[in-house]
Parts: sequence; structure tokens; C-alpha cells
Amino acid sequence: MTEHSLYSREFDQAIAQDVLIGSRCLDCAYTSVPQRQICPRCHADRVQRVELSGRGTLAAFTVIYIPPTSMAEAGYNAKNPYCVGIVSLAEGPRISAQIVGLDLSDPSAIKINTPLKQASIVRGEGDAARKFLAFEPA
Amino acid sequence: MAKKLSRGVAIVGVGMSEFGAFPDKTSRDLFVEAYLELKQSVQKGFDPKDIETFYMGNFSSDHFENQGHLAPIVASWVGLSPVASTRIEDACASGGVALRQGVLAIASGAVDIVLVGGLEKMTDLPGAKVTDTLALAADSMFEVPTGFTFPGFYAAMASAYIDQYQADPDALLRVGIKNHQNGALNEKAQFNQSIPEVMEKKKSKAAQKGLPVPEWEDEMAFMKDPKANPMIAWPLRLFDCSPVSDGAAAVLLVSEELAAKYTDTPIFVIGSGQASDGALAERESLSNIPAAVEAARQAYEMAGIAPEDIDFAEVHDCFTIAEIMASEDLGFFAHGEGWKAALEGRTARDGSHPINPSGGLKAKGHPVGASGVGQVVEVWKQLNGIAGERQLRGKLKYGLAHNVGGTGQTCSVHIFEKRN
Repeated sequence: MTEHSLYSREFDQAIAQDVLIGSRCLDCAYTSVPQRQICPRCHADRVQRVELSGRGTLAAFTVIYIPPTSMAEAGYNAKNPYCVGIVSLAEGPRISAQIVGLDLSDPSAIKINTPLKQASIVRGEGDAARKFLAFEPA
Repeated sequence: MAKKLSRGVAIVGVGMSEFGAFPDKTSRDLFVEAYLELKQSVQKGFDPKDIETFYMGNFSSDHFENQGHLAPIVASWVGLSPVASTRIEDACASGGVALRQGVLAIASGAVDIVLVGGLEKMTDLPGAKVTDTLALAADSMFEVPTGFTFPGFYAAMASAYIDQYQADPDALLRVGIKNHQNGALNEKAQFNQSIPEVMEKKKSKAAQKGLPVPEWEDEMAFMKDPKANPMIAWPLRLFDCSPVSDGAAAVLLVSEELAAKYTDTPIFVIGSGQASDGALAERESLSNIPAAVEAARQAYEMAGIAPEDIDFAEVHDCFTIAEIMASEDLGFFAHGEGWKAALEGRTARDGSHPINPSGGLKAKGHPVGASGVGQVVEVWKQLNGIAGERQLRGKLKYGLAHNVGGTGQTCSVHIFEKRN
């Protein structure tokens, strides 16, 4: 059995396994994503790691035409933009992630509240390849 | 019980460098410029030896100029050593937070005279490196790796705002047009040009080069032209974004009882608030900035006045949507009404609620650590009736400055009063 901690890096280690984790407060039942050692709502430090369903809806988004260096290196530019958004997860909390599988030709046609499901995207090649959390239309 | 300052604090002088791109000047040169203007502005003069503490807002001289530990260096450059000198870093709110530290230091009784500065030298780095450096203000584990940029964060807030209130996105463009109008009257602004002037300049440039001369029916047609005003992060276009800038600003704070020794026209700091927040995704609301609401609440309570008492405000319009959200978070308009006010011109210099008479970050420029202090320079000038061509009409009593760091992880709000 793998020993799990609530350390902040654990989140990406779980994403590498396609698992979306958070924490649930044993006192007030509030769910945090990413996982926290101290409940941000009631400040209790009795929290438990939980796995989330990966289901959610689009709460806010943008389509980025001028990428930062890391995304430019991944092949994005003004002619090949990408969508990034904030997803309201079924369990309550929200998280930021790249949104894939949407038609980006007219961003005004993308609807807030679009149902989404967890996906992933690999950026970088060879040894530099890394899997990132993403969401796609459900 | 409302929290109060234990003793009053007055601003007795201000100065700022030009904001813009200055390849020949480093941050210390820009600060010298601001400091020399401040010296001139103190009506009855002051002895630099009287300064007891220097707080300096600066976001990232480490990355922008390969220089850490900037405060004592800048202090020595204006002859202040061995004055206690401390750099304050809260991203783009560094300047406003430095001001607050100065106010609290004097209110505590520990010191009587504080120099507050802000500076940033951003244009030495290529554009992509500037974007990467600014991204350091976001969460490097859970936000930056998603591909979010700063225009992207504010664009996402705009998407939530537009959806929640069925807002007309043209309101964003109106904020840009208004701030350029104001900036055209500010000799220190990076974009000292109205949008019609920008349009004329583009036409004459094309004509000079023998290229086809672009035609636009009006300002809005220009603002919606994807060639003239390209999309950066939908729905935000180039003219929705504040620029990359170099600049510095400085204000001299003294305890209330010392004010008359330095000037007959002090401005009093009567309210100060500051709040923090987590990453954008973690917030209850994506269509406003909760830390701004909290900082404003503290500042109004301390000042003992209400939003309707404020005659004008300098707000943190790093992006046009940010100005609309600020106009609501500060209580000038109800949530969901700010976009209408922007469309109707109510935030223009001749409107009911003038916002950013200086041109704001959009037109004046946004040297991030300097911006929060630059706002105070404008408030001082407006309240003292010396803002020149852009001077607001009527008798002004209360001004407000609102400075945001990152996506709203930090916000400071200050309220200023002109007495008699």
C-alpha cells in the first residue's frame, strides 16, 4: 500500500496517475482542491485525502492568443490558441486547468456552465514530457 | 469598534518620474527623478536628514534587473543612508502596501517622517520574459502550469462577469477609451494620447510607409478591429491591457502635528485597509475581487465615511475589467451595475463618479511596484487643485486609491482628505 501525505506536491503525483485529489475536513466536511493540511473554512487540522469524481462545469474561461514561454514551447501561438478555465467540480470546490476538446474559432460561442469531465494533456517531449490536469466536454 | 490610527498622518509632498520605456534609465535613476520632484513639491522645504524610514514598493527587481536588496541601494542613491530602508513586495500592490506600512509606522508613534517610494524597471527584459516574471505573482504550483497568464486570469473574470450580469462587452472598450482620454492630458503618461489620436497616428504612419491607410468609422470601430486591437486573451484585447513600463513615484508622510511645518496644503490619510486571498479558483466569486471589498470596508470604517462621500478614485485598472469590478467592490455602484456606468460615461472626468483621472494604469503606465504610489501622487494633485488640464471640477474633499496585487491575492485601499 502506498503511503499518502497531504504535502502540496502530492497533487501532481496523483495527476500523473490520472487521479484528482483533494482533502475533506473531518470537522466541517468542507472539500478543498488542491488538498490542504488545514481546512481553509474552519481551520481544523483533521483532514483526510479524498479522490474526486473529475466531473464539473465551466465557471470561467479565456482563450489565450499570446502564450507564456512554457505554452509557446508547447506549440501554442496566436494562430493556435488554447483555452484555460476555472472548473466548478461536482464536489463543490473549483480548480484552474486547461480545457481541451472545444472549438476555439469563436470563443463567444463557448458557454459558461458547459459540463466537463477530467482529462489530461501532456506537454513537453522526451524527458521533459509532463502530464497536466485538463478537462474536456462531458 | 472601528479600528483607528493612533495618530494622524499627512502627505506633505509627492513626486513621480515619467512612466514609459526608458532604455537609458535604471530603477534608481527613475527614483532619483521622482525624489527630486518630491523635494520641489514640499512647500516649506525639508531636510532629507529628517527622514527616519524608507519603505519602497517593488515587485521583482531580482528578475527585471538582476538586483535583490534594492531598498538600501536606492536609499543611498538619493543620499538617505543610514535610514532604515525596506523593500515591500506584494506583486502589483507593492506600492499601496508600502504606503500602508509608512502610515502604520507613523501612527504607531515609532517614527514621525517616512519616505514611501515605488519603482519598477520592466522594459530591459524581452516581452516573453516580462510575462513570465509577472506570472510569479500567481500560484506557481496550481495556476501557472495550467497556462493561465495575467491577461488570461482577468479575461476569465471578465467571462464570469459578462455571463453573470449579461453585461455588454463594449463596456470594457469604453474603459480603455476613457482612460486614454484622461492619459492624453497627463504629461507623464506612457500613452499620452487619446484613442482618436492613436488612430490618426496609425493612419499617418501607414501613409508615410506607402501602405494602405486604414479607415475606421469611429473609436469603437477601431477598438473592435482585430488588426488594430488584437485579441490577447478573449475577451480582452491589446487596449484592454495596461502596458509594460518603467517608472518611480514617491510621497513624503509626516505625523499630523508636523504637517504645518512642511506645507500649508497637506493631504491627510484617513483610511487604510488591506486584505489577502488565495488563488483565483478558490474564491466564492469570480466576478469581483473579495480582497478589495474587505480592504475597502476597513478603509471606509477607519475614515468614518461612505462610498458616496468619495469625490474621485484612482483604481487598479491593470485590465479594463478590473476597473469595472473595482467600481463595484469600492461601493460606487452595485455589483452588476459597473459595466453600465462605464458605458454611460459616469466614470469619466465630468461624470458622477470620476475614476482614474490620471489615465489609470492603462494609459499612465504600470511599472508595477510604482503604480500604487503613483496613484497617490494623482490624488494629492487633484485634491490640491494642481492637476493641470485634467483637474476635476468642483470642490474635492475625499479621494481614494485602490491597488491590487496579482488577481486579487492582495488589495490595499486608502482614503485621503483635503481639509478646509
